[in-house]
Amino acid sequence: MNKVRGFSMHNVRPWLTRNFTIVRLTAAILIGVLFAVVIIFLISDDAGAAISKLFTGALQSKRRFGNVIELMIPLTFAGLSVSVMFKANQFNIGTEGTFYAGGAVAAMIALCVPLPPFIHPLTAILAGGFVGGLICLLVAALKVKWGTSELVTSLMLNYVVYYLFKYIMFTGSGLKDPNSGYISTYKMPEDATLGLMFTGTRIHYGLILMVLAVVLVSIYMHRTKWGYALKLTGENMTFAKYSGISVSGVILASQFIGGLIGGVGGAVQVLGMYERFQWSSLPGYGFDGIIVAILARKNPIFIPVAAFFLAYLRIGSDAMSSSTSVTNEIISIIQSIIILFVSAQVFLDSYRQRMVVREVVDRNE
Amino acid sequence: MNEALGYIFSLGFVYSILRVTTPILFATLGSVVAERAGTPNIALEAIMLFSALGGALGSGLTGSLWLGFLIAIASGLLITVMLAFFSLRLKADIILAGIALNLLGVGGTVFIMYTIIHDKGNTSSIATKTFPNLVIPGLNNVPVVGEILSGHNVLTYVAFLMVIVVWMLLFKTRLGLRIRSVGENSKAAESVGIHVERTQWIALLISGFITSLGGAFMSMGYMNGFGQNMVSGRGFIALAAAAMGQLHPVGAMFSALLFGTADAVSNVLAAARIPDELVKMIPYIVTIVGLVIYSVSMDRRKKKRVVRETRELS
Repeated sequence: MNKVRGFSMHNVRPWLTRNFTIVRLTAAILIGVLFAVVIIFLISDDAGAAISKLFTGALQSKRRFGNVIELMIPLTFAGLSVSVMFKANQFNIGTEGTFYAGGAVAAMIALCVPLPPFIHPLTAILAGGFVGGLICLLVAALKVKWGTSELVTSLMLNYVVYYLFKYIMFTGSGLKDPNSGYISTYKMPEDATLGLMFTGTRIHYGLILMVLAVVLVSIYMHRTKWGYALKLTGENMTFAKYSGISVSGVILASQFIGGLIGGVGGAVQVLGMYERFQWSSLPGYGFDGIIVAILARKNPIFIPVAAFFLAYLRIGSDAMSSSTSVTNEIISIIQSIIILFVSAQVFLDSYRQRMVVREVVDRNE
Repeated sequence: MNEALGYIFSLGFVYSILRVTTPILFATLGSVVAERAGTPNIALEAIMLFSALGGALGSGLTGSLWLGFLIAIASGLLITVMLAFFSLRLKADIILAGIALNLLGVGGTVFIMYTIIHDKGNTSSIATKTFPNLVIPGLNNVPVVGEILSGHNVLTYVAFLMVIVVWMLLFKTRLGLRIRSVGENSKAAESVGIHVERTQWIALLISGFITSLGGAFMSMGYMNGFGQNMVSGRGFIALAAAAMGQLHPVGAMFSALLFGTADAVSNVLAAARIPDELVKMIPYIVTIVGLVIYSVSMDRRKKKRVVRETRELS
């Protein structure tokens, strides 16, 4: 054992102790995945097929892999939205509502306001984003002014926003197409939607907007004084206050930006993936955003990676449930186990301590 | 519309308020106990979903109401144990752990339901046992009061009795004193020899137990069987109700009744050709408005206290 330690672990161990979050994250993912594998073996007669579908189903065809990228786009927007809001130590989970509202407003602009190509989708997306921003700003304003719990208000507001915009789109406005055969609005003009990027898939130009959003949020968080104020406020509000930071201002701004990203995400999803507005229930991306944000440790650069990982598993599980008896809801079990272990502060702590001790011993030898 | 208004002022409507308040009241009391110990239980929604599914499947497959009830409680407690283990033992942020478990709620219950009875929508293929309605002899003959208070599901009576039980627990027992002192200042509690982690475990388990009663009511009383996402935000409404009731069992009961009333009104209006979406918004809007009013009054009281204290100092 000493032979091994003296050779390779010598260089690896200090790096691992310094980046222990990576060890913990990997362990959490492994536990989640292993748990799923065990469950599949317990309940399925064709466990081998199910497991291979789950982990490689996303690679089976160009179309399937395209699905992963398509799904990664809204998950990234949602993850960015949640990250910015959680970074201020605010448990605002209004992203779910902002996605629905953003998508609805974008569809409304696409349907009702005639504009030249290029400007049309851009206006629709910005309008969707603005409404999303207002929703989360309302939550933040109640928190800052009177201390109303942002967690509870945002949860309740998700339902209010959903029912309100569902009413507007399908009942109150005459935008509903009675002849479409399912609940949806009329077809949006082609100029207003985002075109396809790759043939044979449904990947649209929202992918470029996604990359842009990741870059902008990274700059905001890591390269500006506002990002620094945000970090400080989130980590220690009292300290931030005494350093002369306007904590209320930081909270209001960050929640507006978070909501804006969510609204843009919803708008991009509607204009990129559909011909008509057809969300007759909450799309769920907002809650997925929490998973993505926690996996990426609220770091915008890692958000697309986490979103890809989640999208890959989701599409794999769809492939699994369409060809075996295991249903794709197993994903929700994997997800929550991973989040529980990732957020567990002392998970593997004794292991880390042992590593630190060994490292010190190594150095002194 | 007039018919709907007429119904709102009828006795049947008041009866229905008590019925729809029942699950919210259980979860609200569950939230009160947990928050008093300084460990907010955000996972109420998931606990209710799992206990509702446990009750439906348990009673349907065993054919026994009591076995179903036990399985319901056990399922709810399982989620509670996960919450307590990850937040207290592994030191995960209890809010994040709660959110993670809620994410498990909808998907996890559908996964289990599909695995066992191969249906993703509901458990109508098996015959769930339900708790009986209780006609209170004597009371049922009293006009007005009898019509409102008699003939409810057994668990509805349990819910309102639970208000007294939780009040006794929190304010009249040693355990309650410990729970409250741990929640108010865990360092001070520890310094007088109270085992903080153990007390919080107990508080969370009690919270999970009471909330599971609400879940059991959902599938074995309110409805006859489990349906996908059947709790539909009641766990979250309960969080708001507990905060508005100032974490006092009696206050919690009144705010739960308020949300129950909003829920009952929306049920009535839904039958009166008012657009479905607008009606369904009502309980959530009431919750937000109620919560804002509550926080404004708390904020004022706090400011007044600060003013008074500074005056006393000078």
